[in-house]
Amino acid sequence: MEAFTVLEALVAPLDRPNVDTDAIIPKQFLKTIERQGLGKHLFDAWRYLEKDGTQIDNPDFILNQPIYADARILLARENFGCGSSREHAPWALADYGFRAIIAPSFADIFANNCVQNGIVLIRLPADVVDHLFHEVAANPGYRLRIDLPAQEVQTMGDSRYHFPMDAGHKHKLLHGLDDIQLTLQHEEAIRTYEAARRQAAPWLFRDGV
Amino acid sequence: MAGKTLYDKLWESHVVHTEPDGAVLLYIDRQLLHEVTSPQAFSGLRAAGRKAWRIDANIATADHNVPTTDRAAGIVDPTSRLQVDTLDQNCAEFGIEEFGMLDPRQGIVHVIAPEQGLTLPGMTVVCGDSHTATHGALGALAFGIGTTEVEHVLATQCLWARKAKSMRVWVEGALGQGVTAKDMVLAIIGKMGTAGGTGYAIEFAGPAVQALSIEGRMTLCNMAIEAGARSGMVGVDAITIDYLRGRPYAPVGRIWDQAVAAWGQLHSDSDADFDAEIHLDAADIAPQVTWGTSPEMVAEISATVPDPDQETDPVRRKGWTDALAYMDLQANTPLSAITLDKVFIGSCTNARIEDLRAAAAVAKGHHKAASVKLAMVVPGSGLVKAQAEAEGLDRIFKEAGFEWREPGCSMCLAMNADRLEPGERCASTSNRNFEGRQGAGGRTHLVSPAMAAAAAIAGHFVDVRDWPAK
Repeated sequence: MEAFTVLEALVAPLDRPNVDTDAIIPKQFLKTIERQGLGKHLFDAWRYLEKDGTQIDNPDFILNQPIYADARILLARENFGCGSSREHAPWALADYGFRAIIAPSFADIFANNCVQNGIVLIRLPADVVDHLFHEVAANPGYRLRIDLPAQEVQTMGDSRYHFPMDAGHKHKLLHGLDDIQLTLQHEEAIRTYEAARRQAAPWLFRDGV
Repeated sequence: MAGKTLYDKLWESHVVHTEPDGAVLLYIDRQLLHEVTSPQAFSGLRAAGRKAWRIDANIATADHNVPTTDRAAGIVDPTSRLQVDTLDQNCAEFGIEEFGMLDPRQGIVHVIAPEQGLTLPGMTVVCGDSHTATHGALGALAFGIGTTEVEHVLATQCLWARKAKSMRVWVEGALGQGVTAKDMVLAIIGKMGTAGGTGYAIEFAGPAVQALSIEGRMTLCNMAIEAGARSGMVGVDAITIDYLRGRPYAPVGRIWDQAVAAWGQLHSDSDADFDAEIHLDAADIAPQVTWGTSPEMVAEISATVPDPDQETDPVRRKGWTDALAYMDLQANTPLSAITLDKVFIGSCTNARIEDLRAAAAVAKGHHKAASVKLAMVVPGSGLVKAQAEAEGLDRIFKEAGFEWREPGCSMCLAMNADRLEPGERCASTSNRNFEGRQGAGGRTHLVSPAMAAAAAIAGHFVDVRDWPAK
């Protein structure tokens, strides 16, 4: 996983609440057995139109506007990533190029999945997010700087917004760590727990029933 | 000191290790695997040269991609077929038990695990599927995870987690005739909003919840995620124990007695404190119909489609306006005036035997409206299907012009061939009315099985409480 420290990048606005993971990546792209290559299907139903049997870019969809082509930060509304647990959603966002998402709130499972894929989720108060939507609309080419060690979003005008971040998640994102290796450092504790559990509740082990 | 919640008890009994910053390594008793969210997890294990930590903790089935027609003919779509074949190969390679596509025990993972006694009270249950909360109906701590976490559980039998806040949704009184667990949970989501439960573990309690069968409790817990909560749960009582007794993977004899004694503790103490509480009276709940593209966009059958101009919050107003445009609905239209193209009875929310009985009771002696192109019933498992056939429910459906299909997720998410065409409108007993969920451009209205059956026959939504029983 790619480590994240500081990112200064173009911001793309997606002005809808409750963007669900079905919208982020529709079901027909979940049939893959790979993790890569989903970026071209990100927001598929909004992003493309069918015309004369061929797929064309929907000119009304915000990410299709050329000024947002290089956006690496997505600005979104409340409850982003709700619904299905599909990790294909963060895979698609990351493959497209988004490294950070700013919103008032995120759905729990989606938030966990983002951490596993090096995407930084930035929770800011709804009025601040609203202000940023106005700034993006008013200033073509609007950029933000995300300083993960300081947990700050910095504007080019030098406003700073602190954001909360789970300490464990921050560590993982900063260093691009793989959890399994870390967890297996606790192998003895897991075995000890498991042995005690087998004793106390043998019905939880199918060979104990 | 206040007593413990059910969630406290389930959480504390699974803590393997706590980091100084409060992150917990949580032990997982049961992992359910299906074809869509597991291939990359197995690839990861293989690439790292790792084995499954505890094979017997896992059980697998193919449900999302499987056809609901002629099973013996196999899967036509090559990408769907590859995904199902990949699950078969992975389970064989890693030694994991699988109910394959032709096994009579195959079905939707959230239907078959309780049915087999693979979900037991006091367990932690995970699956790469957000509707894993379903299993909380048996007094388990169950939640959906992503594929990286599926791999982590396969490799370590644990997950890193932080304890959620606790919420109790208390439902007083008794549901009226024709009003079901589905209406209860839709009413709860309507009250809380789709993000109302974010960061919480929800316990459903109160007389109206206790009165529900395990099937009804599963419908309730299934949709906890639609209120934003990763897990929903109900305390163990005599109904739970009766449900589990004699299930194929449930304990027997002395171990059963020992288990039942332990399960008796799995309820919130009377003096437990919750971080949040919500109260409803079941008597106030009418049959529900969603009108928008989020499960919180729901109203009772006698209501009209709301008018975005009456909403003062600008973000919500825009959400409603977008939803009505997508749904092709005008504000102030009576919900009972909405006509349907298709009807889907199935999914991990509502494809258990009780759901099929409720739908059949409505359909009996009637015929679907000519304007309804397709009404399909997709049982949750091969065993539900067999039970329904033994009771003659399949005949009732077929005589009413409904199609009787093979078990799977089917048109809840339309990964197989069952889907809405653009612009089609569907009464569905599933859990999500998101844009395109049942097929690109499709329009979904969530309802109970009885409401769906009645809509299929009338051709539009009707109040099932007024339905003439035959």
